[in-house]
Amino acid sequence: MITQAILRALDKKAIWLVGILLVIAIAIPAGNLLIPPGQPFHVPAYIVTLFGKYLCYAILALALDLVWGYCGILSLGHGAFFALGGYAMGMYLMRQIGDRGVYANPTLPDFMVFLNWRELPWYWQGFDQFWFAMIMVVLVPGILAFVFGFLAFRSRVTGVYLSIMTQAMTFALLLAFFRNDMGFGGNNGLTDFKEILGFPIQAASTRSALFAATAVTLALSVIVCSMIVNSKLGKVMAAIRDAESRTRFLGYRVEYVKLFAFTVSAIMAGIAGALYVPQVGIINPGEFEPANSIEVVIWTAVGGRGTIVGPIIGAVLVNMGKSYFTGALPDLWLFALGGLFIFVTIFLPKGIVGTFAQWWRQARGPRRDNTTPRDTGASADRPLVAADPQPKPAE
Amino acid sequence: MRFRPLQLLMLALALACGLLATAPSRAQDGGADIGALVRAMGEASLRELQAIVSDLAATGDPSVTPSLEALAAGNLYVNDETGAVVIMQRNRMYDPVSEEEIAPVGDTDLSRIRVNNSLRRDIGTALGGLTLMSPNTATRMSAARSMLAARSPDNLPLLEEAIAEETDDAVRRMMNAARAVTILGMPDASLEEKRAAIPVVAQSAGREAATILNAALSTAPEELRPSIEASIAGIERDRAVWGAAQNVWFGISLGSVLLLAAIGLAITFGVMGVINMAHGEMVMLGAYTTFVVQEVIRQSAPGLFDYSLAIALPLAFLVTALVGICIERGVIRLLYGRPLETLLATWGISLILQQAVRSIFGPTNKMVSNPSWMSGAFELGGLTITWSRLWIVVFAIVVFVALLLVLKRTALGLQMRAVTQNRRMASAMGIRTPFVDAMTFGLGSGIAGLAGVALSQIDNVSPNLGQGYIIDSFMVVVFGGVGNLWGTLVGAMTLGIANKFLEPYAGAVLAKILILVLIILFIQRRPRGLFALKGRAVEQ
Repeated sequence: MITQAILRALDKKAIWLVGILLVIAIAIPAGNLLIPPGQPFHVPAYIVTLFGKYLCYAILALALDLVWGYCGILSLGHGAFFALGGYAMGMYLMRQIGDRGVYANPTLPDFMVFLNWRELPWYWQGFDQFWFAMIMVVLVPGILAFVFGFLAFRSRVTGVYLSIMTQAMTFALLLAFFRNDMGFGGNNGLTDFKEILGFPIQAASTRSALFAATAVTLALSVIVCSMIVNSKLGKVMAAIRDAESRTRFLGYRVEYVKLFAFTVSAIMAGIAGALYVPQVGIINPGEFEPANSIEVVIWTAVGGRGTIVGPIIGAVLVNMGKSYFTGALPDLWLFALGGLFIFVTIFLPKGIVGTFAQWWRQARGPRRDNTTPRDTGASADRPLVAADPQPKPAE
Repeated sequence: MRFRPLQLLMLALALACGLLATAPSRAQDGGADIGALVRAMGEASLRELQAIVSDLAATGDPSVTPSLEALAAGNLYVNDETGAVVIMQRNRMYDPVSEEEIAPVGDTDLSRIRVNNSLRRDIGTALGGLTLMSPNTATRMSAARSMLAARSPDNLPLLEEAIAEETDDAVRRMMNAARAVTILGMPDASLEEKRAAIPVVAQSAGREAATILNAALSTAPEELRPSIEASIAGIERDRAVWGAAQNVWFGISLGSVLLLAAIGLAITFGVMGVINMAHGEMVMLGAYTTFVVQEVIRQSAPGLFDYSLAIALPLAFLVTALVGICIERGVIRLLYGRPLETLLATWGISLILQQAVRSIFGPTNKMVSNPSWMSGAFELGGLTITWSRLWIVVFAIVVFVALLLVLKRTALGLQMRAVTQNRRMASAMGIRTPFVDAMTFGLGSGIAGLAGVALSQIDNVSPNLGQGYIIDSFMVVVFGGVGNLWGTLVGAMTLGIANKFLEPYAGAVLAKILILVLIILFIQRRPRGLFALKGRAVEQ
């Protein structure tokens, strides 16, 4: 059954996407490690890290797309799940420092020694084990999303109310993580990492491996997402997005479907955060900023919500723009970002991918025969569903 | 609290300030014997100095104060050649009696008049006694306060003398407290005297009372204990009541700030269903308008400074209302029926406005000063109330009432309410809904601008000013319920007071987190807020 679901997920577009991502996962690290500097195809180390970061953002944008583009839940708090995953990874990396910290304490991280903590708090126990940290990367954002979603969806908090509530959630976490008493390094967060799984974190080979891991994870996320949206469940999700009450009247348990999508999405965001932290080398409460979460929304919107490729393209493009602007014209970046928000919502509601797809369809002319779907990898007994949903008002 | 036109009150306050400035200054009649006594200090031994100090104190003349103060601080010098006594401060010399500056002489000719700690104590007491007799009420008050702190038995005769002559009630109360405290602390005072002193201390020694009584309790004889303990319990009770009152006041103050920030949001959200993420930036624009007005006034008409806020209010309203109407016509109009997209577009606008202000005015905090009638504080029972906070509470109430009147009593308000309740029906009845939308958005933004003027008085005016309020404002609106101004009022006050009551137990940050969590839980019970608008439509 699972293989069937995977096969169904892999329509033509998804196969291309996964293929490209896997090629990137091999090509860029190879370009960095195998081709010596000076050669035309050499990829500098900073590019590897930078694009690794972009791909983490792409996973995050894809996670948001799953709830927003396909289920109509505009979460303004996905940055919180991302940061929680990042903190879980950061805690593992902190424990790996061991006695190489400034205070050379074998168990306590530096900031705890600095704050005169005597012993490790209970919630730091176990984070010296990689497997435990990885479980937490999944569990912590997942459980938070499950509890939050359970409460919110059960009482039918929808639309802008839900958006504001998710924003309040990430804001509350921001305030909480800024506190020194929380035991997560307060203002400075967790940084100064030394090694991951025994490999030095600054080494070119480690960075390449992290990049490859990120690209593979993104490919897996693409498979998972298309699996979900191409299933029967995905169809119900789209129905909820387009007409929630009608779907409820038809007898679907809307809140459970939403809860499922929200939790899966939060877990994906958490994994993205966990891949992000070792590559940038720091995690601090700033990641919980509500502004960050809203930025994720614009990546998804630019690329095209309700598509699988869109958020990935959007995240990479917008962040490349950000890297350029903040370096070259720092004063203009917020103008550009603000203008992008306005431009995309007014003129490109379907995003780049959605708009191109529309042009493409118009250029090819109307379909003559409506009974059989166009060749998109779907066969007669499993019709293609929701491959190209129309983004509509989410409320 | 009576409402008066702002200008009248400012005028009255300005007058009062002027009167205070011309209040009687200290009398100037340094007698000949004072001069002689001061001069004698130059040659005196420590023991003789002690006698001179008490003689000087006995004159009761305020003009001996500078020399005594200088002596205690080690600034009194004697000229070895002429025997003249001078005060030297920062390489300048003054005559100790007349306080006039005199021509300096070389350092080598001067030697400092030495004092020791016991002499310093004497000088302190003497100074306290002198100032107790000062014609200036404020000076007497502070002298009485310092005696209350000193609790030295030597002060007792002075205090009693001063109490007999005191005319001002408040000062006499403070002196009585000082006397009672001194008696309580004296080992040789009689039981009766002490017993009489306890209630005086409890009533008038202020915040120190409990500490003083507790200290007295440890040394008090057995008979006095019950009455001291009862007094302490009474003080604790009072303090708890006043503490609660203080929390309520702080809560109301915070609540009115939240109300100001949120009320415009409530209008735009309630009438148009539009989430305006740029609302915080409207507040910021209002604050920057105040800054610009103050700068212009400072440069061209400094005399008008006390009116700066009165000038800034209408200007801020106009500026932000215009910006709001432009936003509505330019962007939001294109996005009706798509609330989530509106949210994103207005967020974009907020980023642009922030960066624009940052480019024009720079990223640093701007100085916006309080006009004289807004600075300072006054005491009300056990409460300390700052004028700026009080005015903001008043202002919030005025804005709230004005808005209520606009909505209930004007044609535009009627149309707005009609559009809120049923947009299509209102349109069918001939109401120009696009015009109402633009006006509503302008009104909401204008009120945000007014809030900005008020917030510029208590917060840093920086491009990020609005960001700090936007989430709180949303919480108020969501909690209070959409489409009802009373909901916003109750929401703002509840959140403000709850926040201030949690703060002492949980700390400021944790209190805020708790409030957010409580709201998230509250929304479970009532997804549409406290005062939800009732309708029969399926909520989509």
